Amino acid sequence: MAGWLRQHRGLIPYLFLLPGVLWLLVFFVLPMLAMASVATQEGTLGTGFRQTFNVGVFPEVLDRYAPHFLRSLEYALVVTLLTIGIGFPMAYTIAFRGGRYKNVLLLLVIMPFFTSFVIRTISWKFILADQGFVLGTLKDAGIVDEGFRILATPAAVISGITYNFLPFFVLPMYVALERIDYRLVEAATDLYASRLQAFLRVTLPLSIPGLFAGSLLTFIPAAGDYINAELLGGTRDTQMIGNVVQTLYIVNRDYPHAAAVSLILMVALLVGVVAYRRVLRGQELTV
Amino acid sequence: MPQPDVRLDRVTKRFGDVVAVDDLSLVVEHGEFFSMLGPSGCGKTTTLRMIGGFEETSEGTIYLGDADVTDLPPFRRDVNTVFQNYALFPHLTIYENVAFGLRRRKIPDGEIRHQVATMLALVELPGYERRRPHQLSGGQQQRIALARALINHPRVLLLDEPLGALDLKLRKQMQIELKRIQTEVGITFIYVTHDQEEAMTMSDRIAVMRHGRIEQLGPPEDLYERPSTDFVAGFLGVSNLIEGEVAGRDDRFAAIRLPDGTVLRAPSASVNGAPRVRVGVRPEKLRVLALTDEASSAANGLNTLDGVILDASYIGVSTQYLVEIASGQRLVVYAQNIETSGAAEAHPDGQRVRLTWRPEHTFVIGAAPMTPSDEQPEGEIHA
Ligand SMILES: Nc1ncnc2c1ncn2[C@@H]1O[C@H](COP(=O)(O)OP(=O)(O)OP(=O)(O)O)[C@@H](O)[C@H]1O
Ligand SMILES: [Mg+2]
Repeated sequence: MAGWLRQHRGLIPYLFLLPGVLWLLVFFVLPMLAMASVATQEGTLGTGFRQTFNVGVFPEVLDRYAPHFLRSLEYALVVTLLTIGIGFPMAYTIAFRGGRYKNVLLLLVIMPFFTSFVIRTISWKFILADQGFVLGTLKDAGIVDEGFRILATPAAVISGITYNFLPFFVLPMYVALERIDYRLVEAATDLYASRLQAFLRVTLPLSIPGLFAGSLLTFIPAAGDYINAELLGGTRDTQMIGNVVQTLYIVNRDYPHAAAVSLILMVALLVGVVAYRRVLRGQELTV
Repeated sequence: MPQPDVRLDRVTKRFGDVVAVDDLSLVVEHGEFFSMLGPSGCGKTTTLRMIGGFEETSEGTIYLGDADVTDLPPFRRDVNTVFQNYALFPHLTIYENVAFGLRRRKIPDGEIRHQVATMLALVELPGYERRRPHQLSGGQQQRIALARALINHPRVLLLDEPLGALDLKLRKQMQIELKRIQTEVGITFIYVTHDQEEAMTMSDRIAVMRHGRIEQLGPPEDLYERPSTDFVAGFLGVSNLIEGEVAGRDDRFAAIRLPDGTVLRAPSASVNGAPRVRVGVRPEKLRVLALTDEASSAANGLNTLDGVILDASYIGVSTQYLVEIASGQRLVVYAQNIETSGAAEAHPDGQRVRLTWRPEHTFVIGAAPMTPSDEQPEGEIHA
């Protein structure tokens, strides 16, 4: 074996990749194919599903659930922008000003992960409830109207998703910023760049890999989220595509339509990611 | 007299309890190649960073020309820096790296193109515009860092061990290159290094620093020939130091008597009044003569010490002898191999010899001996 490997050195990297490739094959590619196959079947749970290669299902669900698709992308976009707005300064401060508290601050960022995602979202529901702690107090004090509510509004859903995915943005952003040699910033100010210019010309372009990773890690799960929309929204107007899949699959047992919706969402996200990468690539190169 | 370009007036920098720079004053003249030399941690970088504006002073004032710049940020100071690790912008091409300063100052594109081309020619890297920093060798990156700073024609260029990462051969080459460029552009250079040879080769003047203070400041040959402290004597090469007592002096020479009665002469100017002193002489100033009759007659008017050869090692350009003198002290001698081609034939181990040197080549150091905790560059030998 060892002798054979010595003669075929070029194969070693592929051998190292093998476990990963097998894993992906079994747990990603096969389910994908299965999903594509389910999507193009027809029938009901009662009568059974038969493979009819019905590709018409894609335009059909696209048309029927267009508002949900759009709402999901819209929410995910707003969430991502909010996370960047909140998370970038956080990551920047920890990376450049954190000093010896860096690790403590990072621990605080991931602290919410010690509790389950669903539990945290449910606590938000309690906190923001119409007669809950926050609004109840405000209403008693006469600061807001009796009819004022936060739950069941898009704002509640968006806030919830933003809160839940913020660490996914902050961590990669922190890593990217932390890696930047501060002497490069000094070199920029030495070469007549103001602090703002040094940030725009040096820090920001060098942190783009983190921005890319972080915003994707936020956008993609945000677009597929249904827990926040369910618990903090729960009305027709806040339903996201994730809720549609959940209803179709768990409630209606309409597997073909559920699979078709999922596939479309996935393809849309993939296309989006590639386009996004293009845009950021270009950014990094220009001055 | 040219006007001073940089003036530090009683500058102190503290990091918590650490005093990195201690009440330091110095003046750098226009067009000068000025070096700060000293062991690790003596405050060279901190001093440079305060001039560049990257570090605030704790006390004191910094002037560029007539202007007090103590509180100005780096981008408002007419100085540029060549960083030790070069700090080239990895995301920009060589062209954009070099053009960076001009762009920030809104110089028109055509002018930038012209100036970048001129600079790349000056550092002998024309045609590298489109490359990225990581596609250059260390020496090439170094040149680009220099071009990126010089293109702004600052009043002063600050260089922090710019050759530190290069191998010996490339260093030597870049030393000559740097000196050529400095002469060509006529900009004041403040150069930080802990390599005494590098400082000696390039500098007009050197400040030898220690514990955040200037130990001695002057042209390289002054520091080498007439060090005023044993730290400077030891830092700028090997020196032989012998304890003695001032026994008298006239206009030209002072007589210093060693414990065994031998009297050595040293320039009067180097004796500052302290009765107990140390007499120093550089190893290459000593001549070794076999102890015969002609040796004693040749010693007329010279300082002489008799001793025994303990060890001789042939090192190509010279032969290095270790000689034990009457007091038991050991002196180092570098003898040019003019007539000999091997150690053994000249002076074999155990031979009784006479060391002679000119009184003018003797320096005198007063004050107390160094404490053992003081940092010492490697290879230094104290007699
Ligand atoms: N940011 C800082 N915080 C605390 N102490 C510092 C800081 N920068 C420098 N020092 C201390 O100040 C002293 C001088 O440091 P400096 O970097 O100026 O030395 P140097 O002469 O450049 O040494 P080297 O040759 O090793 O580069 C050192 O004792 C160092 O530990
Ligand atoms: Mg330093």
